[in-house]
Amino acid sequence: MRVNHPTRAKAVLPEGAPLLEIADVRVSYGGIKALKGISMKVMAGEVVAIIGANGAGKTTTLKMLARLLPVDSGTVRFRGEDVRDVPTEEIVARGMSLVPEGRAIFPNLTVRENLELGAYLHRDKVTMAETMADVVELFPRLGERMVQEGGTLSGGEQQMLAIGRAMMARPELLLLDEPSLGIAPKLAAQIFKAIRTIAKSGVTVVVVEQNTRMALGSSERAYVLRTGEVALEGVSAVLAEDPEIQKAYLGG
Amino acid sequence: MVAVPDNQAAGASRARLLRLGAMALGLLLFIYVARSVGPQKLGETLVTGLTQGAMIALVALGYTMVYGVLKLINFAHSEVFMMGAYVGVFVLGAIGIANPLLSFVCTIVVAIIGSSLLGITVERIAYRPLRGRGRGALVRVTPLVTALGVSVLLQNAAQLFFSARYRSYPQLITGSMDIPGVGPVGKSRVIILVVAVLVMIGLELIVKKTWFGKAMRALSSNEEAARLMGVRTSWVISSTFALGSSLAAVGAVLFCIDQSSVYPTMGTAIGTRAFVAAVLGGIGSIPGAMLGGLLLGVLGELVKLSSYSGSIDAPVFVVLIAVLLVRPAGLLGSNRAEKV
Ligand SMILES: Nc1ncnc2c1ncn2[C@@H]1O[C@H](COP(=O)(O)OP(=O)(O)O)[C@@H](O)[C@H]1O
Ligand SMILES: [Mg+2]
Repeated sequence: MRVNHPTRAKAVLPEGAPLLEIADVRVSYGGIKALKGISMKVMAGEVVAIIGANGAGKTTTLKMLARLLPVDSGTVRFRGEDVRDVPTEEIVARGMSLVPEGRAIFPNLTVRENLELGAYLHRDKVTMAETMADVVELFPRLGERMVQEGGTLSGGEQQMLAIGRAMMARPELLLLDEPSLGIAPKLAAQIFKAIRTIAKSGVTVVVVEQNTRMALGSSERAYVLRTGEVALEGVSAVLAEDPEIQKAYLGG
Repeated sequence: MVAVPDNQAAGASRARLLRLGAMALGLLLFIYVARSVGPQKLGETLVTGLTQGAMIALVALGYTMVYGVLKLINFAHSEVFMMGAYVGVFVLGAIGIANPLLSFVCTIVVAIIGSSLLGITVERIAYRPLRGRGRGALVRVTPLVTALGVSVLLQNAAQLFFSARYRSYPQLITGSMDIPGVGPVGKSRVIILVVAVLVMIGLELIVKKTWFGKAMRALSSNEEAARLMGVRTSWVISSTFALGSSLAAVGAVLFCIDQSSVYPTMGTAIGTRAFVAAVLGGIGSIPGAMLGGLLLGVLGELVKLSSYSGSIDAPVFVVLIAVLLVRPAGLLGSNRAEKV
């Protein structure tokens, strides 16, 4: 995977500074408080998992990061810059891409068109062809289905398309919301393998999962969310041994 | 993917049966009409019907594209059409028709510019401030009522500034030509059909090949996902209004060449039929609007052949209701449930 070809001059991230840093962030839906002051740090090159039960605030966290939800209070810094008031359209240009929950591919556009839209801000033909070749190498199934409408793909293939589409933007930080949701185990394993490949190529990854085993197995560090708060954080391998976590999320 | 439950499969096969029945019925009706009027008259009817239909389709495209990106029925679209016709009449009045082709091209270009500006302005002033406001049903209802209001406002503005009198369009294109198998057809009809088809081919290219077209389809499909690709929604929406209004302007100038009179409420009749065409074809679907328009045009002319002498809108609505009963999403509309 070729990555990090910025389309515009970006501020240089100081050595040792986190790529992503949020502090005491609160988000609410009308009167419902979904995030009650969460703080996280993600260093460049890391793979970080966010786990937690249904309704814990995982999706809200990712949507907030992609600037799809307004922040009530707290700070959000990406590449050292305050991005609280940066719109979604702009955050993509700065190198953050979200693969949303439920995939959100464009069902009546072809697979190729879906991928092209991922490169909406990187239209240079040569670059686009290169990135597309990389994505097809990562997910050969997509290459076989280029002219098919996205909506005709299976759930697993749609997830591959959603990830491939996000990769077309050549992100520095890739956010994934439940990539294994509703997907056959075999395909889910393939998808996680691809995520590891993406991470190895140098992309920083934040992955939200309900499948705790898979999430802790493929990440370096993890945050455990509980009703809008960070309940636990630490090295994934250590968390996987934590009796409390085993009891709550790993079925004993 | 979930397996289709049995009752759903049964519903699908019943729908297929109904669809076949409707098609057979349509075919029988067509053969009956064809036999009773003879091939010569039928050919003429088809050409006239396609001409009418092409103009309806041009206007229908505006409804369908705006619906796609905003999920809003832009009732003011028929008034953008009307204003386009006025711009045309004024331009022709100013430059004369000494050189018909030049006048025709100038009129279309100026009408496109005028209508686009109007369309963009309406969106900016009336619809954009409402976006993202309100809760529940009001999210959809408030803009709809606003659209109705803008429509009335523009009609009244036209009455105030241009008066309610009928203005006649100068006869730009006269004479007729022989089409093999059909016989003599008015030259203006042929030109209307050719221009409309060329414009629709151009539109297809824009929608399929350009970044704007891809962004528009992405936005119609899933707004949040489109934004995640870096698509600036307000730019795409403005451009969509400009494009839809341009098509309405072309439709208006063509309409005037054919019908040759312009008045403040002229948008209502064609606007209604265009809206019906858009729904018939599947609102939000661009090929659907083209198909719906052509079908309505031909249907209208066929109805005129019969002994039925009422308003031609009545049978048009009967067809609409019949189609929607069988295919709620319209002929080419997406049957995928809309996400809320
Ligand atoms: N659109 C919404 N409107 C109101 N409440 C919401 C909305 N989306 C999520 N919530 C609430 O916010 C909380 C966090 O939801 P979410 O972030 O989707 O959780 P998770 O992804 O961890 O399952 C839940 O209590 C949920 O009910
Ligand atoms: Mg979620």
